[in-house]
Amino acid sequence: MNVRKLTSAQIAWRAAQDISDGAYVNLGIGLPELVARFQPEGRQAVFHTENGVLGFGEAPAAGEEDWDLINAGKKAITLKPGAAFFHHADSFAMVRGGHLDVAILGAYQVAQSGDLANWRVGSKGVPAVGGAMDLVHGAKRVAVVTDHVTKDGKPKLVEECTFPLTGKECIGRVYTSLAVVDVIDGRFVLREKLPEISLEELQSRTGAELATPDQVGDLVAPDLG
Amino acid sequence: MDKTVSSLEQAVAGIENGTVLMIGGFGGSGAPVELIHALVDRHVATGSPAGLTVVNNNAGNGRVGIAAMIDAGMVAKMVCSFPRSSDPRAFAEKYLANEIGLELVPQGTLAERIRAAGAGIPAFYTPTSYGTELAEGKSVAEFEGKKYVQERWLQADVAIIKAELADTHGNLTYRHAARNFSPLMCMAAGVSIVQARKIVAPGDIDPEHVVTPGIFVDAVLEVPEPLQEEELIRSGTAYP
Repeated sequence: MNVRKLTSAQIAWRAAQDISDGAYVNLGIGLPELVARFQPEGRQAVFHTENGVLGFGEAPAAGEEDWDLINAGKKAITLKPGAAFFHHADSFAMVRGGHLDVAILGAYQVAQSGDLANWRVGSKGVPAVGGAMDLVHGAKRVAVVTDHVTKDGKPKLVEECTFPLTGKECIGRVYTSLAVVDVIDGRFVLREKLPEISLEELQSRTGAELATPDQVGDLVAPDLG
Repeated sequence: MDKTVSSLEQAVAGIENGTVLMIGGFGGSGAPVELIHALVDRHVATGSPAGLTVVNNNAGNGRVGIAAMIDAGMVAKMVCSFPRSSDPRAFAEKYLANEIGLELVPQGTLAERIRAAGAGIPAFYTPTSYGTELAEGKSVAEFEGKKYVQERWLQADVAIIKAELADTHGNLTYRHAARNFSPLMCMAAGVSIVQARKIVAPGDIDPEHVVTPGIFVDAVLEVPEPLQEEELIRSGTAYP
């Protein structure tokens, strides 16, 4: 069956719908960063970056970068009115101290326990962890945005992570290209799925059992080009 | 009381072989490029300092700054959270050849270990890294039903730091996100050496605006129009 899965932008759009006005939010590098583009009309989140900025906005125009003003991905940013600077210990106090409302991260694998693997896939090369292991602890809600399967079709939602862990029992919700899945008491619970994919087909692309409550919503995102 | 020094050479003269050296900055933001390059100059001219342990979020990029130190063979070990970023060739080559050590530390733990050292706290517990390979061999304790990993303070002999304004007492301000690890490193190091874009008289920085109080700072040097490491990397500059 050839299902038209959500694009990266559409996954990000869906995740953005769950972010309330005034929420303090950290977005991981890559796909999670797209979430900032799709804040619903009338809502304004305050974005946090690990290197010590709250309240940053869009990237500046090319040629107008100020390289003292960057995000954790080392990309140039701009500030919104009400922004603040702080040092790294305060920045991670915001993270671990439970002050962030939402953290949205990428994933190599998410286990039904809520374990996350997103920092390295093996033992080769130069390991680099950055703030990933900190970000999974402390935000009131820690969610993942990801394709439902890997590029070669392997499930990313699994019974147990086989890649090195970033954190244990830390993920509450996963937004994928096919579904929205919550982690509750060590199980994946299906909340929404693409209307055109059957439960059986979705289960076959998922590496652990999907509990399906009576009410499963339709996962529908606008065409974002 | 005047903590001003008059030259880059003088500022870095006391850094010896085997020093544990904290270097402020996150990528190019806050990197004290002139102080780093003065250390490279000294090493090229005299063979010293060498065998350094360098603490920074990253492990050098391109061919300038910390990457230039690594290329010069001055660095025995990096303590950092993200030794990749763009063009991490200098570190990666030596690491994969087993010619340089790495202590990989989660970014928030790195910041808190530095802060703890500055605050006289030898160890603390954090949820970060619990259940992961980076917690192997570390003590774990349970508080309120949740597991935490014990982490030790991270002390240093010397910190080299980039500030925006300094007064002659060593009170500092920073520019934008260039603050990052620098206030913590000034606290944690035995000797903190600062390059500032401008040095002003005591009182010219509003006490309400001081970010790093001078008690944490030992030497300040004015470096007007400081180089921005990100621009050097993007232009392909190599040092020396």
